[in-house]
Amino acid sequence: MEKMSRVTTALGSSAISGRTMFCHLDAPANAISVCRDASQVVVAGRNIFKIYALEEDQFVEKLNLRVGRKPSLNFSCADVMWHQMEENLLATAATNGAVVTWNLGKPSRNKQDQLFTEHKRTVNKVCFHPTEVYMLLSGSQDGFMKCFDLRKKESVSTFSGQSESVRDVQFSMKDYFTFAASFENGNVQLWDIRRPDRYERMFTAHTGPVFCCDWHPDDRGWLATGGRDKMVKVWDMTTNRAKEIFCVQTIASVARVKWRPEKKFHLATCSMMVDHNIYVWDVRRPFIPFATFEEHKDVTTGIVWRHQHDPHFLLSGSKDSTLYQHMFKDATRPVDKANPEGLCFGLFGDLAFAAKESLISSDSNRKPYPGGDRRYPIFFFKKPDQTEQFAHVSSALSVFETDLDSNCMDWFVKTAQLYLLCGKPFAELCDHNAKVARELKRPQVSTTWTMLRIMFSDPANLTPGPNHPLSKLGTLPLMNSFNMKEMNSGMGAESRLERSKGESRQDNSHLEPGNSLISNNNEDNEETEGSDGQAEYMFGDAELDDDDLYSMEHDNQTEEQEYTLPQEAFQLRHEIMDNPSAPEHLQQDKADSPHVSGNEAEVTCLTPIESFSLISISQPLFTPQLPASFFCPIVREMLSYYAEKGDVQMAVSVLIVLGERIRKEIDDLTQEHWYTSYIDLLQRFELWNVSNEVIKLSTCSAITCLNQTSTTLHINCSNCKRPMSNRGWICDRCHQCASVCAVCHHVVKGLFVWCQGCNHGGHLEHIRNWLKSSAHCPAGCGHLCEYT
Amino acid sequence: MASNPAAGCLANGENKPGRGSGSGCSSRHRTESECDVAPNLKSLARLCSRDEEERAAALEELSQGVLLCLGLDQHGSARLSELTLLHLLRLSRSCPLQEVRGRATELLRTAQEQGVEVPRALASGPSAFIPAKEILKEGPDQDILIESFLSMGRVDHITMVMALHPAYLSCFLRTQHALLEMDGPLPRPWRHYIVVMAAARHHCSYAVQQHSAGFLEAGGEESWLSGLQHAPTKLRSLQTLNKLLAHRPWLITQKHVQELVCPGADPRWSLAELIHAVVLMAHAHSLCSFVWGCGVNPEPDHIGGYTFQLPSPIHPAHSPQCPAHEDGRQEIVDGAMEVEVLMQRMVELQLQEEECTQEEMVTRFERERSESIPTAVVRGAPPDLVLRLVEDQEFRYEDFAPKGEQSPNTMRAQDYSWEDHGFSLVNRLLPDMGQLLDEKFQVVSNLTYNRMAMHEDVDTHTLRKALWNYIHCLYGIRYDDYDYGSVNVLLERSLKVFVKTMACHPEQTTARVYHDFWRHFRQSEKVHANLIVMEARLQAALLYVLRAITHYMR
Repeated sequence: MEKMSRVTTALGSSAISGRTMFCHLDAPANAISVCRDASQVVVAGRNIFKIYALEEDQFVEKLNLRVGRKPSLNFSCADVMWHQMEENLLATAATNGAVVTWNLGKPSRNKQDQLFTEHKRTVNKVCFHPTEVYMLLSGSQDGFMKCFDLRKKESVSTFSGQSESVRDVQFSMKDYFTFAASFENGNVQLWDIRRPDRYERMFTAHTGPVFCCDWHPDDRGWLATGGRDKMVKVWDMTTNRAKEIFCVQTIASVARVKWRPEKKFHLATCSMMVDHNIYVWDVRRPFIPFATFEEHKDVTTGIVWRHQHDPHFLLSGSKDSTLYQHMFKDATRPVDKANPEGLCFGLFGDLAFAAKESLISSDSNRKPYPGGDRRYPIFFFKKPDQTEQFAHVSSALSVFETDLDSNCMDWFVKTAQLYLLCGKPFAELCDHNAKVARELKRPQVSTTWTMLRIMFSDPANLTPGPNHPLSKLGTLPLMNSFNMKEMNSGMGAESRLERSKGESRQDNSHLEPGNSLISNNNEDNEETEGSDGQAEYMFGDAELDDDDLYSMEHDNQTEEQEYTLPQEAFQLRHEIMDNPSAPEHLQQDKADSPHVSGNEAEVTCLTPIESFSLISISQPLFTPQLPASFFCPIVREMLSYYAEKGDVQMAVSVLIVLGERIRKEIDDLTQEHWYTSYIDLLQRFELWNVSNEVIKLSTCSAITCLNQTSTTLHINCSNCKRPMSNRGWICDRCHQCASVCAVCHHVVKGLFVWCQGCNHGGHLEHIRNWLKSSAHCPAGCGHLCEYT
Repeated sequence: MASNPAAGCLANGENKPGRGSGSGCSSRHRTESECDVAPNLKSLARLCSRDEEERAAALEELSQGVLLCLGLDQHGSARLSELTLLHLLRLSRSCPLQEVRGRATELLRTAQEQGVEVPRALASGPSAFIPAKEILKEGPDQDILIESFLSMGRVDHITMVMALHPAYLSCFLRTQHALLEMDGPLPRPWRHYIVVMAAARHHCSYAVQQHSAGFLEAGGEESWLSGLQHAPTKLRSLQTLNKLLAHRPWLITQKHVQELVCPGADPRWSLAELIHAVVLMAHAHSLCSFVWGCGVNPEPDHIGGYTFQLPSPIHPAHSPQCPAHEDGRQEIVDGAMEVEVLMQRMVELQLQEEECTQEEMVTRFERERSESIPTAVVRGAPPDLVLRLVEDQEFRYEDFAPKGEQSPNTMRAQDYSWEDHGFSLVNRLLPDMGQLLDEKFQVVSNLTYNRMAMHEDVDTHTLRKALWNYIHCLYGIRYDDYDYGSVNVLLERSLKVFVKTMACHPEQTTARVYHDFWRHFRQSEKVHANLIVMEARLQAALLYVLRAITHYMR
């Protein structure tokens, strides 16, 4: 009480201080209310009715209003409100239908002042008039609202909600005479306190009960309502018809809603079921809560801002029997945890990519943020002056359209059909496949095939040069060419990107430099995952439809000798430019050149020109002792790379063509996985023959057995329609021979071919011969048979 | 289900290849002739087509088929399977479409003339308590019956009785259909099996048979029906919950939920599945209350619903499990008085301003809930069909507050209510079901025709409320804002006996109990009371189990 006298006027926020704290109550709380000067809070529930003082760092119990040995149901509170004018005055709504007022100034232990038992059923809500001392309003389950003058013994007016239960009543901040009532059937009514006969206005706000409503404190005529339909809606009541101006969708039914002081667009909500958190929303940003308080372990039943002009303190009571003071600065900010990037494929293969601008611009050179911000994007929001703002996030949305050519999977179908997987010497297979790939404008794949041939063809025994100096020599030109290559590819990606940017919605958000994207791939923090895919995608794409750059190289290759081809394959695979001295890569490069020589001694003349040129250059650099198995790790890596990238076709084809050379290097499970994916793909494209061939050529037992299943063919007798069990040509039941050759009139025991037009047929050979001489059916039915 | 001998199976399973074409069967009629043309389920399904012509065609085909069978040779009834005959019998009794009913009757007669043993329905109407005339007289809406015939393929006795209250019937059917047939986490055979399990607890052979058939139709495995031990562990693990939900739902705690749902549980239930199962069980339990409470007769194609014997005067036409009239009609004299008194009391209650103390209120509640209402009428053992699906036979309803013992806490309606809590939980886990149930509760609590017995223009709200709250009281749910004194004033003892029997021991309901209360009221009003009991019971059980689930989720 001393405290109350100390502070009586509205405070600046500086006068209130405190921290996030809580205290245990003896019983679950149903509602809380705070006194005007923010120094005390009252907690009410079925078995609790207490006043706590809010001290610097703890709650102190001041008063237990629940007195008597066996407290009556009048103490079982559904709601409580502390008068905002008169600091000794409280009102409670009891579950048995009583409205009780309490005078803290009473000297006796029992502070009960007045008791109104006019409601027949539970009173859900009581509300004091904001400026009038003696006016109290109640809303009950029995469908009535009653207005009490506390100087009288009974209600002065009764408002009927037509037997719909009243869930909340709130006096307007703006109009002295107006109050709003929300109902179980989803309606909200506005009443004039002077006219109890009829409501002024009614509208349907929610489907299902409207549990709560709250007028905006800055008398703007805004009313927020929350309902069982999990929505919070803000209505503008100044217009003729109530207009919904904001709508927030929460994840559970909304039990309470309270506007945040001094913040025009903020409101706090809590839920009645399942969800225990308190959310503070910026109604303009309805998809993500501005702040969250997650302390409670059971549903929050009451929330109130501690002081009507201080937005930093929120009090809450809960069914878990705790009372909390939440400091706004300690709130969780869900936006910090939100994924800053989004990636989505469209129906036709278009790719939309949205990312926070800061993330994208950090890639460009325009705004040089330190590299760290990528890893910790939240860094920006944590600036102290930003806490009251929704982190201003503008995202750039880019839509990458795949043009039709690359969109359709023609290349896949063609490749599948044209590739040779067996039946020729290894080198020829490789060359053939390289050619196929080249014709389909897939230079990287083509080069890979060529490389494979080079690596795995029988090593020739050419004169080995001294190992060290030569390899050193070898590295030099290679290095150079890498640098050159890097530029090329960078440009390639760039130009490609700029084209795709045609559709990007914000022209300032370029993903321009391809190389920075590549370097992003290196970082393995989680956020890059999105962009990872994107970068991959673009490169994958580039090799599909970007013919200008690459084809230009092709031309060059044919005319002049070039290193470029082999290295290109590597360039895309490994980010060499970042660490040019990485020994592994160099070794690999070294390795490349020697074996190039090694394997090609005799075969060269037959091979395509580019490899020819290669040889001519690299011949001096050989170290021919290297066995083919030396390359296996690299090849394995390469196959995984292709498979990861989505080109499982390449992985499987190479696997089959290389056969024993590589099989042992790759564990069976992976192989099986690749095979099944590829077969699945083939079957999607209805490439049954190819898929069958792949199954046949595979060495995984799990795959080959695919061909062994359901190989039984059930046939029925053509005469009696019974299934033929024993032999295929004679029916056990009718003892007729089912299939007789129309030419020789003998039973056909092997392949039987028949015309689908007239159903006559016979031995394959006989029919074939017959048709050489005649176009008509051999059975004489006159049908012009066609056998293809 | 149990009524299909081998011939029936054959008839339905194997006649597809040759059906409809006379040419095909000429060569092999020696062996398979008798099953070729008998009506199968498919043609019966076509009878429910919404297209009138299609229906007519199906009817034509059906009768052709039957006649053909009859004409084929002269060796008695083997040609028409028992199942077919029962289908015909059912159609002739209950189909709301005049032409179908007529044709089916005709066919049966023809068959009989041909010397086929034809079954005969034992029951004279849908209910053993309510004279069939009454049901017809009080004019059920034909439209809604036709609608339910077209959508479900049959009009069962429950539907016919409920049709006295069409507004309720339509939302009842909608809910039941959604529970059993629409999208949901549980497979369809399981849903029927759960209903069977639940109905077996109340020895309700009607619902057991009805849903056993549904179970088989949905592709369930027949062996499950021969005993719980044949069902999967996961289903069997529901037994405890089923038992508690049926008889003492207040004992359900979050532990029970946890046992089924927590990650360690062996046959693990997801929350959505569990909610679905729980709603199914509660629905079935309350449906049993209705079936017993209205004395619903077995369907003509249920065991005990038909006989092949000729009618004999010595043999009174009721089966053991449908209690028939037990002369409840002799003391009609003072009935009229009772109604007057009740009216008077209702008016008084509404005017009453009398205040009573808190203690008095509590005492009144306690009094209502512990008042001893004798319900234990010992009945014969339930049929084996039902018994083999029940575990722990002896577990029954027990008065919520046994005298002198520590009673479990009452549940405060304000702390966990359907509107605020239950609805949200159900709707969260089983979308749409919350809505449907909510609608059903609302319809039943607002249902009134503003009349009572011979009086028109009566506000029956207080009476309905008293009934509802009395049932919740029996289940230990207390409304702070309700004065339980009025229950005592408004509900006479005979009504209390009926309500308590029906809500807590439905299998013990007898015709006497039914006829003893509200003797001057219309039959439809008594059915209305039944509906209130059924829904109140459903809500009470749901509240307890949903509260346990909420606590588990916390």
